[in-house]
Amino acid sequence: MSELETRLLDRGPSAAAAPKTELPSHKWTMLIDLDKCTGCNACVVACHVENNVPIRSEREVIRGHGQHWIRIERYWEGEGEAQRATFLPMLCQQCSNAPCEPVCPVYASVHSERENLNLQVYNRCVGTRFCGNNCPYRARQFNWFAPQFEGPITEMLNPDVTVRSGGVMEKCTFCVQRIRRVEEDALVEGRPLRDGEMVPACAQTCPTSAIVFGDRSDPQSKVAQRLGGQREFQVLEHLGTAPNVYYLKAGGSDGGAG
Amino acid sequence: MAEQASLESPVWNRPLPDDPELATQMREIREKHLLQDARPPRELAEKVLGPMARLGRVFWLAFIVLGGLTATWLVTWAYQAYQGMGVTGLNRTIMWAPYIVNFVYFIGIGHAGTFISAALRVLKFEWRAPISRAAESLTVFALLVAFTMPLIHMGRVWKFYWMLPFPNQRQLWPNPRSPIFWDMTAIFTYLTCSILFMYLGLLPDIAIAREKASGWRKRLYTVLALGWRGTDREWKHLDTTLNIFSYGIIPVMFSVHTVVSWDFAMTLQPGWNSTIFGPYFVVGALYSGVGAVIIIMAILRKALHLEYFLRDEHFNAMGKFLLILSFTWVYFYFNDYLLPWYHKEPILTVIFRLFSSGWAAPLWFTMLIANILVPWATLWSRRVRSSIPALVGVALLVQVGMYIERYLIVAVTLGYPELPFNWAVYVPRLPEILITLGVFAFVALGIAVLSRLVPIIPIWEVVEGQLLQGTRRIGRAIFPAKTEAD
Repeated sequence: MSELETRLLDRGPSAAAAPKTELPSHKWTMLIDLDKCTGCNACVVACHVENNVPIRSEREVIRGHGQHWIRIERYWEGEGEAQRATFLPMLCQQCSNAPCEPVCPVYASVHSERENLNLQVYNRCVGTRFCGNNCPYRARQFNWFAPQFEGPITEMLNPDVTVRSGGVMEKCTFCVQRIRRVEEDALVEGRPLRDGEMVPACAQTCPTSAIVFGDRSDPQSKVAQRLGGQREFQVLEHLGTAPNVYYLKAGGSDGGAG
Repeated sequence: MAEQASLESPVWNRPLPDDPELATQMREIREKHLLQDARPPRELAEKVLGPMARLGRVFWLAFIVLGGLTATWLVTWAYQAYQGMGVTGLNRTIMWAPYIVNFVYFIGIGHAGTFISAALRVLKFEWRAPISRAAESLTVFALLVAFTMPLIHMGRVWKFYWMLPFPNQRQLWPNPRSPIFWDMTAIFTYLTCSILFMYLGLLPDIAIAREKASGWRKRLYTVLALGWRGTDREWKHLDTTLNIFSYGIIPVMFSVHTVVSWDFAMTLQPGWNSTIFGPYFVVGALYSGVGAVIIIMAILRKALHLEYFLRDEHFNAMGKFLLILSFTWVYFYFNDYLLPWYHKEPILTVIFRLFSSGWAAPLWFTMLIANILVPWATLWSRRVRSSIPALVGVALLVQVGMYIERYLIVAVTLGYPELPFNWAVYVPRLPEILITLGVFAFVALGIAVLSRLVPIIPIWEVVEGQLLQGTRRIGRAIFPAKTEAD
């Protein structure tokens, strides 16, 4: 290597002296087993508490202004006696090829290649709501009014999460504040992340453990082990959004063809 | 060039032929065609400038009503910005509706002005001369409204400048992949060009007005005329500049509504992501725009006593234009239905059923009647086209129809995303209704005030047109013909 090349490649003394803070990249993935989902909405409540999601009045929710980063979509199947409900927990699918990103005029909706996440920069958002329209899952929630937290709820706001202002878009972040915390813990302790260390609020709360979360790039992780089965599908896969939320079809004990 | 022609034989002094039959024909031609019915430039100027300065009771009444509605718009906007977008009827499924409908509609209205004044200028359609300025002023005010619509619709309007590329210490720039960024760019370019184009064409007329006016009007025109004296050099430069603008503004015009259509065509929403949206929106824009110009022409003709300038021939030509645009629009509209109907995408099937027999059916059928049935049934007849009330009625219906068409595309289709759980219906609430009324009033107010401030008929273009027109006798008949001076 010539001297010039060495000098060009050398980032200088400051780069060498700085502590190595490069965080490893991940493929954060969520797996939701619809066979286990009972539609109890515990994940919705947990998400509200963890992420300071505004709680809207009944009247506002009826007007379509309810804000839930995760919701249980209920569909009815069959007729009469045989009719039964199926539940589809719907949250931001953290698309690898996200439709919300290119349409934002101010780059408030951006992609993190390292974490494989779709990020929303709240203080950059100007509220054109283009991203919300272009999300086929309608997973993005708009602050129709400035959020108000009344009474004791102000005492339990999560200090790790921004309280958003009115007129901005927000959505599920895969509990990015928790991801950050476990990553930094691991970095300080000088070890790789352990599988199961990172649990988002919804998965933590789910009474039937229908939600599994983990790093797909680690072949030993619980998520990676359970991927690739017959029951696996992605919602609106044909649109080419490449979501990072996988679902397992509900089908009872017959091996899950249903 | 004006002086040369007038030295030989003033066109307004041309005698009638001696032969009585030919004289009758000549009289008919003069009655029919504005450019054949030459008058001295002084008289033409008086016909335009006279009524302009007389503000009657009707004007002040209109001024107060329209001004009040405009003020309501601004107050409602302030209320909405203060309270939050939640005061509107929008919901988590339909995040765009009333303001984007207005946006598309007013951009559309803004297309006709340029088309009539620039495209017809390039194509040398002389009859457009008296219409062009009214059309241009409609363009300018419609675009101003269209420009505010995306701002009114924003969640945090006080941060609107973040969508503009301005240097900042954080090196944050707008996203060039977003159609909204191109909306801003295209509309801003179009608005700037339209204002300049209109102003350039105004210069000689303002100079004429300057010579005749007194008081504050004199001071205003002296400033606005930019020292226009009417030298050969100035005329030559004006002609060149207007030509450059005419050619340049036409692609800009086509780009604007194409870019607007991208707001829809580039999404994943079924019913929006259609590749035909570009030309379809442009044609739709021209269709509603030409209709709006007809309405404005009729109102100005009545209010400013422009019967000499705006004649049957103009309304007849605009009526034909409207009919042709209706044909073209129908082609695109049903093309946009036929292919989805053929490939039977489930959501589109739901939307079609909604339009044909669901709750949206009254809207859809009103739209079809207003946009297709009535224009096709009436505009083929010369009697309808030449009757101003009838033509204005058809043009008003076209406005209603095209507004509903945009409403169906934006506010209704958007309620049907891929996952049926999220299907929703948008119902307008008071803020949107007041703001929508207010912006319509603002456009009317703008044109009303402008038509009293500047000559709304391009005097010099009419004079020039009359100088260049002549007649030609073939056998026992006289035909209007253009002289070879051009």
